[in-house]
Amino acid sequence: MTESIGAWSTLFLLGAYHGINPGMGWLFAVARGMQEHRARAVAWSLPPIALGHALAIGVVVLIAQLAQVALPMTYIRIGVAVTLVGLGVYKLVRSRHFRWGGMQVGFRDLTIWSFLMASAHGAGLMVLPVVLASGPHAHHHVAASSSAAGGIWATLIHTLGYFTVTAAAALLIYQKFGLAMLRRSWFNLDLIWAIALVVTGFVALLV
Amino acid sequence: MSIWRPDPTFYPSPKMAMDAPAEKLAYVAMVNGKDNGRHDALGVVDVDVSSSGYGHIVGQVDMPNAGDELHHFGWNACSACLCPHAAHPHVERRYLVVPGIHSSRIHVIDTKPDPRKPQIVKVIEPETLAARTGYASPHTVHCGPDGILMSALGAPGGDGPGGIFVMDHESFDVLGKWELDRGPQKLSYDFWWHLGFDTLLTSEWGTPNMVSKGVNPEILLAGGYGHKLHVWDLPKRRHLQELDLGPEQQMVLELRPAHDPTRAYGFLGVVVSLKDLSASIWLWHRDNGKWGIKKVIEIPAEPADPAALPPLLQGFKAVPPLITDINLSLDDRFLYVSCFGTGEFLQFDVSDPFHPRKTGSVHLGGIVRKAAHPKNPKTPLNGAPQMVELSRDGKRIYFTNSLYTPWDAQFYPEGIRSWMVKLDAKPEGGMQIDPKFLVDFGELRGHQVRLEGGDASSDSYCYA
Repeated sequence: MTESIGAWSTLFLLGAYHGINPGMGWLFAVARGMQEHRARAVAWSLPPIALGHALAIGVVVLIAQLAQVALPMTYIRIGVAVTLVGLGVYKLVRSRHFRWGGMQVGFRDLTIWSFLMASAHGAGLMVLPVVLASGPHAHHHVAASSSAAGGIWATLIHTLGYFTVTAAAALLIYQKFGLAMLRRSWFNLDLIWAIALVVTGFVALLV
Repeated sequence: MSIWRPDPTFYPSPKMAMDAPAEKLAYVAMVNGKDNGRHDALGVVDVDVSSSGYGHIVGQVDMPNAGDELHHFGWNACSACLCPHAAHPHVERRYLVVPGIHSSRIHVIDTKPDPRKPQIVKVIEPETLAARTGYASPHTVHCGPDGILMSALGAPGGDGPGGIFVMDHESFDVLGKWELDRGPQKLSYDFWWHLGFDTLLTSEWGTPNMVSKGVNPEILLAGGYGHKLHVWDLPKRRHLQELDLGPEQQMVLELRPAHDPTRAYGFLGVVVSLKDLSASIWLWHRDNGKWGIKKVIEIPAEPADPAALPPLLQGFKAVPPLITDINLSLDDRFLYVSCFGTGEFLQFDVSDPFHPRKTGSVHLGGIVRKAAHPKNPKTPLNGAPQMVELSRDGKRIYFTNSLYTPWDAQFYPEGIRSWMVKLDAKPEGGMQIDPKFLVDFGELRGHQVRLEGGDASSDSYCYA
């Protein structure tokens, strides 16, 4: 029980970490509000952004769970670890930034944008070690059929963490604080993220 | 390599950028206008009022080859890096991308570690540009949300079409042609965008063959130079609409969209009207999703004694104003206009963009007037206000006096003695020449000016 609370908290906090990153969603919501001169545009931007993020996580979790049926756990663990380290190193060496679409976006565009942005970040990959560690193979008392449910729960909890922070940041910045703080406080979370990908990859390999 | 916090010269909105500290250095393209094999250079001018070098060239980097004809240039990165859809604020505004309009060679110049001693770190040869893009004569440079975009006047053979190409802002690799569907567009010159409306605009001058040997009177009188504004879908890279000013409006040059990303209008300058040699400023604006255009300022030609005119103009018995550059303050309030023929430099209050109000005028140089500078009141100046740049806070205006070597010779046949001046703008309108600031470029000619940390035509913004 304590283990799964630990796993859920980790998933929630990973979501919150994605949420606080200006480049991952809330800043786009604020920009939409400013462009249309109304707070409702901020609020309306949040659901598609969260949906896109959830899809990016869900797809990776689903692929990993399908792979789990066909492959031994050790192989998957090594595969995930190598991918994490590889992606992290790539991001450290060549910081190519994400580019897609423009500023005039509807629900569909924002969903796609958020999905691609989270995927390019390796957001879903980072969730995998947690999902795998708390999955059916780690806990033999859990039935294998609940694995899919576990994946959905993991995606939802992660997205809840992401949405909570994204929505709070977007609304507070738009209504109250303004964007001046971006200049001082926008730490290079992508750089920390790249290091975290590498570290998580090694941990997943060793633990 | 990325940095931990956003580059301090990036600002989310134009309003915030107006609070930026005053620039201390200006970078100026310096062109060799003589046929003596000397290389063009990028000069560093001290613009710090408290410095002993104020108003002097304090650094210079020579280009590696002769005959580049440096013209416009720009930064590798700017405030557009903060845009939400492609945010990457942890790059540095550090490199100047400096193309040669005659050589089609592109120089990447590092302004760090010593901003007074810039260094060339990469040179892209014309063959590479031609192979990757099919373009030649690179012109305007803009740092965008997803890389560097540059316009080009034409194809390697010197004919059209001209267009836009893309360059990576970190590796400086030329990535390719920008357009996916260019529609009827053929002529090219300047470009800029309304990031908030996913719209890009391009203007028209002429192909390299139409301009590189001087203004061709036959083409001009037939209305053959550019007279259209093109509207494009920025993310989709497709031509949307063509706005024709009419063939009598010759040479649609500089584009200055409103800096506020929620305002869908901007200004462009037309060099000369065939009807009466006047010059004009037009306003483009968006109505119900379609773009329209309207003349908002007309500056008439001034009658002149033919004996005082160069051969090209003697038959007209008048000096055309020749609007060759314009600039818009970051609060979208003041529009500045250079008249390369009459030597007048104008300021308009464009708070109401449909009804500009003249708020200031200064004379320096000019074909007939040759107005002097207060620092040397007895020495007539030649050339005239041309490339104008404005500080981010809108308080300081800088301009140089050369246009383009083959064209300088037609309007100022005696040869241009090149200078750069600074004006102080008054908060509620009006301008004053700074009597202490008069840069002499010696044997070279000053062209575009870029200010340290950004200026009023270097950055674009995604937030109001």
